Amino acid sequence: MDDFLLQELSDPDHFQEPISIENIDSDTLIRYLNGMLRIRYAERRLARGKKEGDIGGPVHLGVGQEAIAVGISGNLRKTDRIFGAHRSHSHVLSMGADLYRLFAEVLGKDDGLSRGMGGSMHLWDQANGFYGSVPIVSGTVPLAVGAALAAKLQNTEDVGVIYLGDGAVEEGVVHESLNLARVMGVPVLFVVENNLFASHMHISLRQPKYATARFAVANDMLYEIVDGNDVVKMHQTSKNLISYARTNSMPVFLEAVTYRWYGHVDWREDIDVGVNRSEEEVAAWRKRDPVARLVCAMLARGVYSEDDIESLELRIEKETEIAWQQAKESHYPPHSALLGRVYASKMYD
Amino acid sequence: MKHNYGTAILSAFEYLLENYSDAVVIGQGLWSPWYVGNSMTNLDKKFGVERIIDTPVSESACTGAAVGAALAGMKPIVVHPRMDFMLYAMDAIVNQAAKWSHMTGGQASCGVTIRAIINRGGEQGAQHSQSLHAWFAHVPGLRVVMPSTVSDARDLLIASVLSPDPVMYIDDRWLYDLEDTLEPVSEIDLTKEGPKILRSGSDITIVASGYAARLALEAAAELDVLGIASEVIDLRILNPLNPELIIDSVGKTRHLAVIDGGWKTCGIAGEILASVAENTIPGALKKQPIRIMLPDAPAPTSIALEKNYYPSATNIVERISLIFGRS
Ligand SMILES: Cc1ncc(C[n+]2csc(CCOP(=O)(O)OP(=O)(O)O)c2C)c(N)n1
Ligand SMILES: [Mg+2]
Repeated sequence: MDDFLLQELSDPDHFQEPISIENIDSDTLIRYLNGMLRIRYAERRLARGKKEGDIGGPVHLGVGQEAIAVGISGNLRKTDRIFGAHRSHSHVLSMGADLYRLFAEVLGKDDGLSRGMGGSMHLWDQANGFYGSVPIVSGTVPLAVGAALAAKLQNTEDVGVIYLGDGAVEEGVVHESLNLARVMGVPVLFVVENNLFASHMHISLRQPKYATARFAVANDMLYEIVDGNDVVKMHQTSKNLISYARTNSMPVFLEAVTYRWYGHVDWREDIDVGVNRSEEEVAAWRKRDPVARLVCAMLARGVYSEDDIESLELRIEKETEIAWQQAKESHYPPHSALLGRVYASKMYD
Repeated sequence: MKHNYGTAILSAFEYLLENYSDAVVIGQGLWSPWYVGNSMTNLDKKFGVERIIDTPVSESACTGAAVGAALAGMKPIVVHPRMDFMLYAMDAIVNQAAKWSHMTGGQASCGVTIRAIINRGGEQGAQHSQSLHAWFAHVPGLRVVMPSTVSDARDLLIASVLSPDPVMYIDDRWLYDLEDTLEPVSEIDLTKEGPKILRSGSDITIVASGYAARLALEAAAELDVLGIASEVIDLRILNPLNPELIIDSVGKTRHLAVIDGGWKTCGIAGEILASVAENTIPGALKKQPIRIMLPDAPAPTSIALEKNYYPSATNIVERISLIFGRS
């Protein structure tokens, strides 16, 4: 049985080499790369927007963690029911959310994903399967179980997906949700993005073992622990788990080990306020870059040349900038939105 | 000594930890400057991580554990860096801490202090903005304290921790820069504390607590210019509420406005109005009393909506001037 210590998976000096892309066709690789770059450029644009004062509210960036959502979302359909938390740009973008609408949301504009009422921490794009994200840690975990239970009752063969952090696992409601999902046979995928930190605190100061998948064992649930910075592994592992959940109407658990390059919130690295977060550690983790490891593998196999990569990045950067400028120019919600949107049964604005 | 509201809280912690070996602090962010501004700086270094406990993301268990430690005779202080996060701890606060004295025939005493921080603004939105003091003031057995001055920030925290009852001490990040000088500590008895007049006046009584009391003072200064003399009463202790001072003041001014950072429906301002109505004769007030509070909507994120969401001194001046037919 697993010892749940994570070992090399939590040691940034390992897994820096190019990922294995054996038997993966070029189109798929290109899709992965596009997906990850789109998220990375978007989040870097948000970091800049925050730094330069264009964004008022907090932004929790997941640069370095892109492979997780991109790998998983490739196995999901728009009728699945996906929930996130405070660090969810990648979760919504990987399901196909419009970049302009994400930016507009972060800037508090009426065209935003949540019509400007939620900002970065409250995203909603149900047309693409994204049922919502909120900043109350673990608040959405039982909601995902319920939305997946609804899928079961509705006979849709859709699954629920809940992205939560290693910190969220410390909330009691997560354990109630795991047990409930298992005992009721709910088709939901619990994805723990274990980036080893909950705001300033390293996991060693918060939990006796690094791997949160030990709670999957406690709840008699199928689980996997993977390198979250390997998009191919993320895709394949989640594919098996999701298809198991769909076919058997059972919960499954996927722990993806990763690291965030920025600090907990906004654009700084926050070395000074992290308990056990050092410059060396951040530098080492930057070498386990999910994007660079895929790029190196693609170059080695000749899927893309250096020039191809460069022009791809240029194109994505340009698209990002266009969406950003468009969002900046768009309009704010009307004043009537404040009272007019409190109750769904009585919307006026 | 020169202090601000934040360092006044810090000095209360220092006083308690130095003088009471059974005082311990538990909560998220205590080993980092992140969540609690300048109000807890270096306590972990000074008093050790055994007594200054930073925790997993587990509000419910941490609060419940503090309640248990209090039942076992300690003086625990739980810190919730944002009141919204504390909602996971409702059972420990409302069903447990608030009930133990009564349930055990007054034999058990649960001297826990729950420090709930109001932390809002900055486009953080619906789940990171709430001022829920009125909810807690509804619960018998739970003392609710809301300091608005630098000296109260320190002295009411000390009194809360020394009280044998569970106390919710609510401080507000918007007050941390407020400056004043502090005298050496002298311990006070929480049961003897109640509303206080921050400024006397003969035309209108303005009641407020926490940050709203600062707004009331600001507004009062502007109202002076318009020839309206305001008496500002700081509630300080929301539960148990002693309205006597307010009733006396209204007897004199015969006008009443209540300012509060919570919602209007079933809020603390409604309670003040009700207490005045119950305890005065018809016609005691010359004009209808007013409440200046949040609109009954969650906090929006968009700056376009947020900028008008919170009550401001300007709002208060406008509304009160209208009562007197001036503007
Ligand atoms: C109920 C609650 N408690 C505390 C917080 C403050 N908080 C915001 S994010 C966070 C850390 C979450 O860590 P994790 O779940 O690992 O997610 P990560 O930030 O690493 O993505 C904390 C403690 C909160 N938002 N909600
Ligand atoms: Mg984490």
